Amino acid sequence: MGIKWDEILITGDPIILGSQIAILLTTLGIIGGLTYLKKWTWLWREWITTVDHKRIGIMYIVAAVLMFFRGGMDGLMMKAQTSRPEMSFLDAQHYNEVFTAHGVIMILFMAMPFLIGLMNVVIPLQIGARDVAFPQLNALSFWLFFSGAMLFNIAFVVGGAPDAGWTSYFPLAGKEFSPGIGNNYYAISLQIAGLGTLMTGINFIVTILKMRTKGMTLMRMPMFTWTTLITSVIIVAAFPIFTVALALMTFDRLYGTHFFTVAAGGSDMLWANLFWLWGHPEVYIVILPAFGMFSEIISTFSRKQLYGYKSMVVSIVAIAVLSMLVWVHHFYTMGSGALVNSFFSITTMMIAVPTGVKMFNWLFTMRKGRIKMTTAMLWSLAFVPNFVIGGVTGVMLAMGAADYQYHNTLFLVAHFHYVLIPGVVFAVFAGLYYWWPKMFGFMLNEKLGKWHFWLFVIGFNVTFMPMFFLGLNGAVRRAYTFSAESGFAPLFLLSAIGSVILAAGFAVFCYNIYWSIRYADRNISSDPWDARTLEWATASPVQHYNFAKLPEVKSLDAFWYMKKDNEGLTLKDEEIEEIHMPSNSGLPFLMCVAFGIVGFFLIFEWHLLAAISAVLIIAGLIYRSFDYNDGYHIHKDEIKKTEGAWRKMEGKVNNHVS
Amino acid sequence: MSANVNTSLPLEYQTEQSRMNILGFWIFLGAEIVLFATLFSVYGVLYKNYAGGPTHQDIFMIKEVMIQTVLLLTSSFTMGVAIWEMRRNNKKGLIGWFILTLLLGAGFLFMEINEFIHYVHEGATMQTSAFLSSLFVLLGTHGAHVTFGIFWATMVIIQIAKRGLTPVTARKTFIIGLYWHFLDVVWIFIFTFVYLKGMVL
Ligand code: HEM
Ligand SMILES: [Cu+2]
Repeated sequence: MGIKWDEILITGDPIILGSQIAILLTTLGIIGGLTYLKKWTWLWREWITTVDHKRIGIMYIVAAVLMFFRGGMDGLMMKAQTSRPEMSFLDAQHYNEVFTAHGVIMILFMAMPFLIGLMNVVIPLQIGARDVAFPQLNALSFWLFFSGAMLFNIAFVVGGAPDAGWTSYFPLAGKEFSPGIGNNYYAISLQIAGLGTLMTGINFIVTILKMRTKGMTLMRMPMFTWTTLITSVIIVAAFPIFTVALALMTFDRLYGTHFFTVAAGGSDMLWANLFWLWGHPEVYIVILPAFGMFSEIISTFSRKQLYGYKSMVVSIVAIAVLSMLVWVHHFYTMGSGALVNSFFSITTMMIAVPTGVKMFNWLFTMRKGRIKMTTAMLWSLAFVPNFVIGGVTGVMLAMGAADYQYHNTLFLVAHFHYVLIPGVVFAVFAGLYYWWPKMFGFMLNEKLGKWHFWLFVIGFNVTFMPMFFLGLNGAVRRAYTFSAESGFAPLFLLSAIGSVILAAGFAVFCYNIYWSIRYADRNISSDPWDARTLEWATASPVQHYNFAKLPEVKSLDAFWYMKKDNEGLTLKDEEIEEIHMPSNSGLPFLMCVAFGIVGFFLIFEWHLLAAISAVLIIAGLIYRSFDYNDGYHIHKDEIKKTEGAWRKMEGKVNNHVS
Repeated sequence: MSANVNTSLPLEYQTEQSRMNILGFWIFLGAEIVLFATLFSVYGVLYKNYAGGPTHQDIFMIKEVMIQTVLLLTSSFTMGVAIWEMRRNNKKGLIGWFILTLLLGAGFLFMEINEFIHYVHEGATMQTSAFLSSLFVLLGTHGAHVTFGIFWATMVIIQIAKRGLTPVTARKTFIIGLYWHFLDVVWIFIFTFVYLKGMVL
């Protein structure tokens, strides 16, 4: 079938060669380390085959941090390339590959898994459940994401990187103009990861609708649970569009159809429409859970109930609906005519209304609160003004007529980094500092956390603020260099310096994780922040069955009132019952391998091999259909022992309310 | 997950896990609706872009399509009967009607594959024009779903035969029933908006 062996590995570029060596050494290091420490069975039993939502969440987060590193390196490379006029660090082709990888990785393999990871860890606990509705499907979701992410990540060393932008617009992304296999990576790996995301969406809708503990009505759900529910609904409504778009792209590229081609009646703008029909809801998929986390954190550290709970709920529902009605704002310049552009201008601006309501609610939550300046709270405080900058420039971009000026400039790039970084990245950092003790039983160092915070926030502003002005002066996006005469040099340099500060902040974050794992105090309370929601009503790290006795909810901020009224915190021996748990399974991981193999062959257009190996996927499905393992029971003695260990002698949870 | 069994409900709804699976499947069908809606929109955008190639009238064979439609609609009816037999706790009846359903589905599929072969003989391939690309992919996605359904249902029939009617096998059967009816609904849209519209307009 004409396999060109010599074209599989990319050769001839020093940066890529360096990466290949680094990848090889890291892989060998990991394999060697695991073998030396005899950790293979541990890894398989405790992590790879796990169906525990908390562990799956942690694996998502680890993957997301690694992807943040990779995407961040890409960002730094671009900043280095544009730090001076006419730099020759990256050539045009290489710059294209780098911004494509950066955009895809940051959104789909950093932001999404980071948020889904935190959702996984927190949501079942917050609603007082023992797991998600479909634990094994949850593991499959993770492993499909992982399979897609790994495929995408090897592109630049094996076969060639996609280079048509994270939007992969046609006709550029078609076979005619991108004949290599690079863009196949985009089509196939995002498809695999997207399947995982869709399953996550379904899983969380059912979990939240069906598994809430006694007394938790919809209007008593914590805000993070609410935003997760609505996010999951958007996932189910929007991801199938992307599934279709990617499938059609695959057909065009692999089988010569004419959906998006210029020839034979295809329509390139059809791709743009389908992409953004998914793409715009996607940005709300990443922002809504982040909003939820800020709500929890602001309320906890202001020591007050969230202000305007009902209006918060109405706002997220309104945002979800509007998010489906704005996609054309990404291509006003396509020339749809004044009427169409005006319609989408108005719907876009309307989103600012519910978002503004939320902003004021957060501010009113803090008003007269006794604010504690923890690291998690600092991120939430910084989020407010920075996100407002992103939002206001968003309203500027929303005006169809004015957008003809801003379109495709660095003004836009600055805008979306001002919503994505304060909105999502600040949120996941805040969430990580906040829930870290719940996941691991010790805190991240608060002092290093503050260094991380200040370096990152200052670096972020220095990097992206200049881009607004560069863009207004006419600097286009996705351009690998500029001339000295353009006069852009000082601002580009400033921006590059900012990115170094930003990177230093990230380095402190990594160091903080290392430091805390080694030195942090293990002897902390299960409720170190004096928090308000149910995830804090159980041990840290959480025992695998979550709750010995499912808590009962009487109001919003249930745990807060449990502590205040000293109710439901104790556990009597006779209340302990056997608990049913799902068994581990290696199948999700094997499916990850199977999808990876099939995906890889498809990317290389080795159709016969792909068809043969698809048997692996089918075998997995058949195995699953005949699998009647329905879990095991945890005995009372074991529960008694576990509960005794963390409840200390008196059998009580921390019931301190300040 | 828990053993919380409510025997006053139909078999497939008795355990909490089954109720969750069924709800989850309804939500999945919601995603499938979006998927097919997108394919219909793509077809709606491209269906007149013949690019000099064959048009609807050149290739459609209305008699064969009518037979396909009858086969699939009948299979939806037999599927309904199968579920009714399941509710009556009649395992034999369930399996019989279930197999009949799949035979009808296979007949549909056979006709559809023949239809595709016929198109290709007429020189109407997926690569000919945007219209044909969207036609093949829309029909093909539906056909692939039917194929998948037949294999999946076969697995479940084996399980019913081996294990009898339990809350789990009943739930699996019920879910396939939903899936099958859904494919029928999609076909009705295909029949109307692709074939009828294509022949008349
Ligand atoms: C961490 C520091 C970051 C730096 C230094 C950075 C830098 C950049 C640069 C220089 C570009 C390309 C500008 C151009 O020439 O067009 C870019 C594009 C982009 N960035 Fe970032 N970025 C960062 C973080 C993020 C994050 C967190 C996200 C998303 C969650 C993100 C999403 C994107 C996207 C989607 C693009 C567009 C890619 C494309 O044009 O196809 N970035 N970024
Ligand atoms: Cu948008």
